[in-house]
Order: sequence, then structure tokens, then C-alpha cells
Amino acid sequence: MDPHALQSADILRTFVVFLVVAAIVWIAVVVVLAAGLLRRPSPSQHALALDPPFENRAGQVVLGLGIATIIIVLALSVVSYAGQRSVFAKDPNALTLKITGHQWWWEVLYEADSPHLSFVTANEIRIPIEQPVRVQLESADVIHSFWVPSLTGKMDLITGQQNEIQFTAKTAGIYRGQCAEFCGLQHAHMAFSVIALPQDEFRRWREHENQSAGSPVDPLAKQGEDLFRARGCALCHTVRGTLAGGQLGPDLTHIGSRTTIAAGTLPLNSATLGAWLADPQHIKPGNLMPQMPLQSDELIAIHHYLEQLK
Amino acid sequence: MTLVTQHKELRDDVLDGLQLSTRLDRIWRTPSGLIGALTSVDHKVIGRRYILTAFVFLFLGGALALLMRVQLAGAEKHVLSADLYNQVFTMHGSTMMFLFAVPVMEAFAVYLVPLMVGTRNIAFPRLNAFSYWMFLFGGCFLWISFIFNVGPDVGWFAYVPLSNLQFTPSKRADVWAQMITFTEVAALAVAVEIVVTVFKLRAPGMTLDRIPIFVWSMLVTSFLVMFAMPSIMIASTSLILDRLVNTHFFDPAAGGHVLLWQHLFWFFGHPEVYIIFLPATGMASMILATFARRPVIGYPVIVLSLIATGFLSFGLWVHHMFVTGLPQLGAALFTANSMLIAVPSGLQIFCWLATLWDGRPVYRTPLLFVLGFIVVFVIGGLSGVMVASVPIDTQVHDTYFVVAHFHYVLIGGAVFPLIGAVYYWFPKISGRMLSERLGRWNFWLAFVGFNVAFFPMHFLGLMGMPRRVYTYIPDMGWDRLNLLSSCGAALFAVSFILLIANVVVSARRGALAGDNPWDASTLEWATTSPPPSYNFDRIPAVDHRDPLWSDTESIRVVAGLSAERREVLLTSLAEADPQVREASPEPSIWPLLTALATTVFFIGSIFTPWAVLWGTPPMAVALIGWFWPTGSREDEE
Amino acid sequence: MKQQIVQNVGELPTYGFGPRSGPWWGAMSFMALEGMGFAIAVGAYLYLYAVNPTWPIGASPPDLWPGSVETTLYLLSIIPNQYTNRVARRHNLRKVRVCLIIMSLIGIVLLVLRGFEFAHLNTRWDNSAYGSVVWLILSLHTTHLATDLGDTIVLTVLMFTSHAKPRRFSDVTDNVFYWNFVVLAWLPLYILLDWVPRL
Ligand code: HEA
Ligand code: HEA
Ligand code: HEC
Ligand code: CUA
Ligand SMILES: [Cu+2]
Repeated sequence: MDPHALQSADILRTFVVFLVVAAIVWIAVVVVLAAGLLRRPSPSQHALALDPPFENRAGQVVLGLGIATIIIVLALSVVSYAGQRSVFAKDPNALTLKITGHQWWWEVLYEADSPHLSFVTANEIRIPIEQPVRVQLESADVIHSFWVPSLTGKMDLITGQQNEIQFTAKTAGIYRGQCAEFCGLQHAHMAFSVIALPQDEFRRWREHENQSAGSPVDPLAKQGEDLFRARGCALCHTVRGTLAGGQLGPDLTHIGSRTTIAAGTLPLNSATLGAWLADPQHIKPGNLMPQMPLQSDELIAIHHYLEQLK
Repeated sequence: MTLVTQHKELRDDVLDGLQLSTRLDRIWRTPSGLIGALTSVDHKVIGRRYILTAFVFLFLGGALALLMRVQLAGAEKHVLSADLYNQVFTMHGSTMMFLFAVPVMEAFAVYLVPLMVGTRNIAFPRLNAFSYWMFLFGGCFLWISFIFNVGPDVGWFAYVPLSNLQFTPSKRADVWAQMITFTEVAALAVAVEIVVTVFKLRAPGMTLDRIPIFVWSMLVTSFLVMFAMPSIMIASTSLILDRLVNTHFFDPAAGGHVLLWQHLFWFFGHPEVYIIFLPATGMASMILATFARRPVIGYPVIVLSLIATGFLSFGLWVHHMFVTGLPQLGAALFTANSMLIAVPSGLQIFCWLATLWDGRPVYRTPLLFVLGFIVVFVIGGLSGVMVASVPIDTQVHDTYFVVAHFHYVLIGGAVFPLIGAVYYWFPKISGRMLSERLGRWNFWLAFVGFNVAFFPMHFLGLMGMPRRVYTYIPDMGWDRLNLLSSCGAALFAVSFILLIANVVVSARRGALAGDNPWDASTLEWATTSPPPSYNFDRIPAVDHRDPLWSDTESIRVVAGLSAERREVLLTSLAEADPQVREASPEPSIWPLLTALATTVFFIGSIFTPWAVLWGTPPMAVALIGWFWPTGSREDEE
Repeated sequence: MKQQIVQNVGELPTYGFGPRSGPWWGAMSFMALEGMGFAIAVGAYLYLYAVNPTWPIGASPPDLWPGSVETTLYLLSIIPNQYTNRVARRHNLRKVRVCLIIMSLIGIVLLVLRGFEFAHLNTRWDNSAYGSVVWLILSLHTTHLATDLGDTIVLTVLMFTSHAKPRRFSDVTDNVFYWNFVVLAWLPLYILLDWVPRL
């Protein structure tokens, strides 16, 4: 737990309170146990030769400790509830994102009042710091769970239900997130990153991201664009501003500017992108993108095309 | 109204000594040979089998755990594929929970409860035999499926929609659901037997406040079984119906709801963990009294704690669902409720501490395991209190922190007392002592190995490692702690190998135990080790909570039961006054045949719904065969 | 260890009725856990009812007559059932035989009616979650009905054979007891299945 948001800091505070209480209780139990074992009462009397006043006192001590336990847990419940209130506090002016979980990647929709200002991206979420962010969570298939430990606790993405979570990042940085609910074969490789940016930088990014992909200028990229459609990639992937409008896989409009590939499985660079295109099943066995039958020159063209989609 | 027997039959009041015991043995003995083995209804024979089988499943599940630990020992290892890993952790969890932890507790109860309450056999001995066969067949079914690569791979709680047909089109989830049905039938049967044994078969004079604590714990546990397991039966049936005949319980597109599954599962799943834990606390109380050389302080407190835990455990299930987006205030109530369970658990611990404080502890292996249990379980209980807090749980839910929590409570809270129980009751069951030297090694290796294996998991969880991942990337900094944990697991495994060695060697060469090697106080030690087929040649009569301590010279008994046929004494519920001499069933092959017919029915129904039609008649025939009077005398009064 | 005989239980009866008998407690326990099963199923129904804006989903409520006729018959069957109890406790073999035949016939009629009830549910198990849960609950109860009927028939046959020994009367009373449970379990289910969708 390395908090960089209001919520994660709140949680850490609650946790520390609990940890301290737990440590004290455990130490007390072990000390009493040890002391009891080291104590040597009168040797070998009969097992049933009990001393009634002692039995009475022992019973009272036990009950007293029981009452103490009740008080402690009720106090802890209050601490917990206070933490819960602040962690789940809602701010109506929050920036709203909508995230849809897929086996095994994340679809991210930035909603805006006018439709042409909202756009979709995948596996990478950029947010402004010092501003509450509301994330609406849905699932396209099975249950997933949205979790960025440095920002806040997790919340499930449940089929047929909409959940919501809010957080406010305090420091700029890249925070790793990960699916936390077992969702099948590649649950282990369903990560994402949250990039928290200063507000103006975020605004610039948002404007840029909202744009469609321009027409490629160099011929190799142009060829790649055509092949992207001809070889079937467009059945599953969208590249805004082109004819590619598939919905089954991540939006690739600005894939070239992302930091990871295949839901955080690998850092994105020329080599990993090439390897992914050549055989996605090798990198992430069982993922839902089939290995595409591409000639090596076709692969080079598509590779080049994707890289320049910044 | 009541009919006095006309025929002048031989009773145990006119016989004595060897004459009596040979006669009793002739009527109660399990016939020898294969047929005898298959038809036996002796609770000791079945209990022994049950215990042994459950331990085999522990070792199988443990072997899978070791596989997982090898895979996770470093980042991006390729020992197991993603697909195999998912099967392995599901098999591990399901085997441990459904085929080891719950059955092993019931198994000990099947063996011990009739002896502890001073009767000759468990209530409904044939049901008991049936229960064992169902358990065995269900377990084999699961493991054979696994060997043929149709082992379940959706986790031990098989959340929908992942376990729906759409996302698990293979038979894997069906195997899981049907294995549940097998084990639940088995567990429910034992629960009913235990309840009736405790209610009606107690030795005369064993009033409610003289019942040994382990028996109390099993009584409460049996009620938990009876009220929790129907929920999972309905759930697994609904799941399998969704998968096989296209119902829509969990299909949001047709009005179903995926959280319904989670509610049903955890309404069972939470009491389930106390079904495992409460008997273990009962064992701990028994062992503690014997080796602290005095009765446990606070008998009524402990009994009330057991009952309170039982009640509370039905009001906590939502704490497994804190991140599913339920209403906040409701969730907070479940937080408070979950933490309240610390009170009865704590009271038990305090009673034990007080007992040790006043006692004169004799440090034999069983006591060592109980002391280890206290130290370790409290850690697990306290981490339970942490995860019961909603804000904390949103961070640590589904991480290795929770994995650490539940292994601390399951192993620390249940397996440790259980191994202690093995050392404690092995002399009774086998007639021979386990080696004390090996026992100490066993304990210390287990204690150190366990903590090294599972303590680091707390940190891993806090560092963000989710559970159920077959691998992780190197940059997370999780490798070292994982490696440490894997080493601890290896050490822990060695301790189990010592246990096996100890049992195997001592069963043949251990020192002879005698009736009561530990000078314990409860009735199971009043008979020989191992006990004769009829348990007691005369039914003991109890006038004290610790009968063998209150009178060390003689034992009070009642006479007048038949020496010609199987007969047990029924007593009244509260005061245990003798009421009826009831016949107890003879060995029978029908329970096995019924279990076989049921197995065909259950497994067949995975493949075709028609199995429900053609599978029913054989079951009905077997059941009629089971209950049809054989014409032997005890049926014909 | 020396034994000290403190009591002779030789004069006690070899079977008892009600809470004095082991099987009675067995039946009691099974009823408790089966009752829990019904409660859970009802809970599932109400849960689905609560989360769905329309109920019943895509179907009209079940036709009332089969369920209502059944309910009436169930309630009436208590009379011969209790009578069976009485004559069994009095060890009146002739009357027990007659009663058991009557109870078997009632069971058969109810089973047939149950067939009609399924046919008039106005939904199938695979139509919607509503259909699924209705079929589940009705099937669950039908299993109990069928089991008890089977048990009654076997007992009836037994009472006509040489096995009709005094202790069998205790079995008959346990069967009576179980039938009451089947009836009692039905009443809330009737309201749930036939009336709740009409709310
Ligand atoms: C033997 C089994 C066992 C036992 C006894 C417990 C005991 C407890 N458990 Fe645990 N639990 C499991 C087995 C068990 N659990 C399992 C298997 C899971 C995971 C399932 C899965 O997801 O796969 C789980 C998961 C689990 C969760 C869900 C976590 C998550 O998935 O996010 C929670 C949350 O509340 C929880 C809470 C508790 C609590 C409050 C107790 C309490 O009963 C503990 C009470 C005991 C003590 C507190 C210690 C003794 C008391 C004192 C010394 C007195 C003083 C104490 C205080 C003042 C606090 N458990
Ligand atoms: C009583 C229950 C119980 C017990 C005893 C254990 C025992 C162990 N568990 Fe288990 N565990 C669970 C119940 C239990 N577990 C549950 C319910 C889950 C959740 C599953 C899920 O998520 O669905 C889980 C999950 C779980 C995980 C998380 C997996 C994941 O999320 O990816 C891990 C990881 O390390 C683990 C490890 C271990 C280890 C090392 C042991 C060790 O203590 C095991 C020690 C025992 C042995 C080593 C046996 C001795 C072996 C031999 C003598 C070998 C010879 C025998 C043969 C070859 C037949 N367990
Ligand atoms: C059947 C559908 C399908 C087809 C056809 C398909 N993909 Fe994919 N693609 C996916 C899915 C699903 C993923 C997400 C995989 C994952 O991470 O689990 C993906 C992921 C990707 C990624 C990584 C995206 C990211 O955000 O990390 C790239 C790049 C990509 N595909 C390119 C292509 C190219 C180029 C082609 C054609 C040669 C193609 N895809 C064809 C379904 C498809
Ligand atoms: Cu998605 Cu795990
Ligand atoms: Cu729980």
C-alpha cells in the first residue's frame, strides 16, 4: 500500500489502527500464554481438587475480557465505518469515465456532454490530479474487479449491474492496476495503468486523444492501413477516422502512444508489438485474439502503421 | 401401550466378564472378509475409513499446493500452464474444503461421539455407511475427472457467469457442481446421525451440562451443516440446471442475477468455515483438559460460545461480497456483525488461557499442537477482523492477504488441533502410542514451516499481489517473498511426511497404549484400546462431567440390555433418563448399493437430463431393499 | 475397572412413539434441513422478484385452480392422517391398513394434480428466471410428495405382510408426521407461487 490518493490514504489510516490493535491483542495473548505456562502452581494434586474461589475469579476475568472484546470490536466498527464513509464519499462534479471489463482487457470510455467529445480507449487510463474521478464499471462477459492499489480499493465489474467508484489522485505518476476477480484463463494478465497528470497536461492529452487517427503519410503505413482492413484486424478493432470499426478487441486509435500492450502484459515497444502481431497466443496464451496468418512483409507494414498511430 | 417382550432373552445382567464380552462380540462384530468390509455398519470401522480417506485427500490437496508453490516461487515460471494452474488451485481449494476439512471433522465425530456419549453404535448406522460411500465416490469422481483433464477450473466458489455454459463450455463446472452434491449429501447424513446420537443415545445421567465439549461442538456443527448446506445444494442444483437444461437463474438477460449465486454460496460458505473450526475447538478443549490436568475453566462459557458462534455465523456472509457494490450501510452492519464473532472466539481462548494458567501442563505432542494452535489462530482471527472492515477489505480482498488469513485460520485453527487430535486419539483407535520424539519434530517443523509459508503472504497481499494468478511479472518485487513462502511450504510438507511415517511405524511397533494412556476423563477412555465392536460391555452411567476422574476405582453402569441382538439404550433429551431399548441395525449391503445407484444418477445427469428418469428406479429399489425388514428378530418385535 | 451396576433397564420397552423414538428425531432432523431447503428456495424466489422490475417475467401468473384444489386436498388430508396416527398408536392393525390405503390414494391423486399444476404454470423453466425458479420450487416440493408417497405405499404393503409387527406402528406414526410436514411446507409455497405474482 503506497497511497497516492485521498482514498488510499484513508484506507491506510484505518488499516494502521486495526494493525496496532491486532498487534496488541496478539502480544497480550502470547504473553499471558507464556506466563501461564511458566507459572508452576502446587504440584500434582488431584485433577478435580479445584479451588472454588479461584474458579470464580477466573470466570470473572474471562467474562471481563469478553466484555472488553465487545467494546474493542464496537470501537473498531466505528473506526471502520468512518473510514468507509470517507472512502466512498461522492463528489457530483467528478470527471466521469466508463470502464467495461472484457476477458482479458479493459475498455475505457471518456464521456463528455457532447458526443463528439467522448472517445474510447483501452488498457490505459489518464486522469488529472487533484480532481475527483468517477469510474462507472460494467462487464461485457464475466465478473472482473477494478483495482489500483495506490489510488483506492477495488470494485467489481458485474454482469448486468453498474457499479461505481471514486478517487482523487494527489500526485502525478503511473499507477499499476490489475483485475482482482478471477475471470478465467488469463486473469493473471489483465492489468492496466493509470497515468495521473497535472490538470493542464491532462487537458492537452484529452484533446489529442479525442482526435481521430489521421491518414498515414508514408506509403508503408498506408499499406499497413489497407492490410489492417484486408487481413481482418478491423473485424475486431476500431481505429477512429478509418473504416476499421470492430468492437471485439481494444480500440487502437492511439495505440502508438500507449505504454503497455495486451493489458499490461508487456511494456509497449517496437519489439513487443512485433512479437504480439506475430503470435499473440505465445505472449498471452488463450487470449481472445487469434494468431493472424500474416506474411512477414504484411506484418512489417501493419507494425509500422500501428506504431505511428500516436 | 408398551409391549414387554414375551420371550425370556439373555440380558447383560445375568452374564459377566468374558462370557458377556464374547456374546456381545458375536452379535456386534463386523463379519470378516470383503463382504464384511462392504457391509459394515460399525461406526468405528466407518469412522476409521472416513478419517483415512479424508487424510488421503489432504495429501492430494497438499501435493497440489506444493505444485502451486513451485509455480509461484519465481516470476514468470512455466511449471504449470495457465489452464493447468487454474484447475490446480480450484482442485486444491475444493479438495481441502469439501473432501478434507469438513469430512475429517465429521469422521472424527463418527468415531468418537458414540464412544464419548457411551453408546454402542451411532444412530442410523446404515445411513452412516451410505454417507461414507457417497463421500468416497464423490471424491473419486472429482479426482478422476481431474486426471482426465476435466477438473474444475473456476475456483472453489465457482462464481457465475464464469461457471456458466457460455464461459465454461466443457464439463468442468458440472463436475464441480455435482461433486458438491455428493459431499453435501454425505455431510448432511452425518449431521443427522450426530444430532440424534447426541440427543437420544447418551449414557444415562449424561445431562446436558455433562456432555463432553467435543460432543457439544459437533452438535452445534451438525446444526450448522443442516442449516447451511441446503443453500449450496440449491445453488449447485440451479447452476447445473442453468448449464444443462437452459434455465436462467443466473442469466441477467432473462431476469436472472449473478449476485444471487454469491448470496447463496456464501450463505453456506461462511458457516462452512465454522463447520471446520468449531469441531477443532472442541478437540482443543478436550486435549487441553487432559494435559493441563484439570477440567477446562468455563464449561458453560465455552458451550455458549459454540452456540453463539453458530448463530452469528449465519449473519456474516456478505463480508465476502464487500466489493460487489452493495449498499454501504448494509455492508457496515455486516462489518460489525463479523467482528462480533471475535467475542465468542475470544471467550474460548480466554477460557483456555485460564485453564493453562491454573493447570500443570504435561508437554506431550497433542498439547504442543494445541498451544501452536492458540498462537497461530489468534493471528488468523485478528486478520479476519481486519478484512471484516469494509475499507480495509476493498484493498485486501482477493489478494494474498486474504489467502494468508484463511490459511492461518484453516491450518492454524483447524489442522493444528486436528493433528493434535491424531496424536491424542491414535492410541485409542489403534491401541498403540505414536512416537513422542517424531511427534516433537513433527510439531516444530509444522509450526516453523507453516509460519514461513504463510506469514509472508500478508505482505504480498499488501504489496498488491492478487490471488489466483498463475504467474506475475518480475518488476513487481514479489519474487523473494514468494520464494520464501514456497520454502516454508516445503518444510511444512516434510512435517506431514513425518506424521505419515510416525503413523505407519507406530501402528505396528508403537508402545501398547492400554485403556487410558493419558489419564483422561471422558468415556471413550473407559473402554479398551482399540474399543471392542460393542464399545462397552455394559452401558456406563454418568454422574459427573469428568466420570473417569471423579471415580478412578470403579465405573457405574446400567444392565439389562440384550445379549442376543443389537440393542442400544435411548435416553431422554435433557436429563438422559433411560427410556427405550431400541434395536440397532445389522450389517447390510444396501447402503453401498444405494450409494452406487445414486452415483450413477448424479454422474449420469451431467451428461443427459434423462438420467433423472432412468436413474430413479434403481435408487428406489435400493432404498426399499435398505428399509425392508430382514425378518431378523430385532426387526420383528 | 470394577463395574458397579446402578440400574437395570431390562423392563424398558423396545420401541417408542414420538420423541421417545430414534427415527422420530431422524425424521425431525430431515424435516429441519429440508425446511431450510424450502426457505432458501423461497428466498431465491423473493430475491429475483425484488431485482426484477416486472414479475412474472414474460408470462401470466399460474392458473389458480390446480394449486387451490391441491391446497384444499392437502388440508383435508390432515384428517385421515391424524386418524392414522391415532389408530397406529392403538396398534389397531385393521384400521391402520385401511388408513394407509386411503393416504396412498390421496398421495396419488395429489401427484396427478401436481402434473396439472405444472401444465398450468403458464411458463417453462427455460423461459426466464421466473420460470426457472417456479419450476425449481414446485419440483422440490414434488420430490417430497413423491418420496412420502413411496414411503406410504411401502408401509402399506408391509402392513399386509408378516412384517406387520408392533414396532411398525411407530414407523407409521413417523410417516404421519412427515406427511404433516409435506402439507405444512406446501402452504407458503402455494401463496408464493399462485398469489405473489398477482400482487
Ligand atoms: C476455519 C476457518 C475460518 C475462521 C475461523 C475464520 C474466522 C474469521 N474470518 Fe475468515 N475466512 C475463511 C476461513 C475462516 N475465517 C476463509 C476460508 C475465507 C476465504 C474464502 C475465500 O475467499 O476463498 C475467509 C474470508 C474472510 C473474509 C472475506 C475476505 C475477503 O474475501 O475479502 C472475512 C471478512 O470479513 C473474514 C472474516 C473473519 C472473521 C472476522 C473471523 C473471526 O471468526 C475471527 C475471530 C477470532 C479472533 C478475533 C481471535 C481471537 C479473539 C481474541 C483473542 C479476542 C480479542 C480480539 C479482539 C479485541 C479483536 N474471513
Ligand atoms: C483446509 C484447507 C486448506 C489447507 C490445509 C491448505 C493448505 C495449503 N495451501 Fe491452500 N487453499 C485453500 C484451503 C487450504 N489450503 C483454499 C480454500 C484456497 C482457495 C482456493 C481458491 O482460490 O479457489 C487455497 C488457496 C491456496 C493458495 C492460493 C492460490 C491462488 O490463489 O492462486 C495457495 C498458494 O500458495 C495455497 C497454498 C497452500 C499450501 C502451501 C498449503 C500447505 O499447508 C499444504 C501442506 C500439506 C501438504 C504439503 C501435504 C503433504 C504432502 C505430501 C505428504 C505429499 C505426498 C503425497 C502424495 C503425492 C499423494 N492455498
Ligand atoms: C477475433 C478478434 C481479433 C482479431 C481478428 C484481431 N484482434 Fe487484436 N485483439 C483482440 C483482442 C480480444 C485483444 C485483447 C487481447 C488481450 O489483451 O487479452 C487484441 C489486442 C490487440 C492489440 C493490443 C492492444 C492493447 O491495447 O494492448 C493489438 C496491437 C492488436 N490486437 C492488433 C491486431 C491486429 C494488427 C490484428 C490483425 C492482424 C488484430 N489485432 C486482429 C481481438 C482481435
Ligand atoms: Cu478480469 Cu480477472
Ligand atoms: Cu466468512
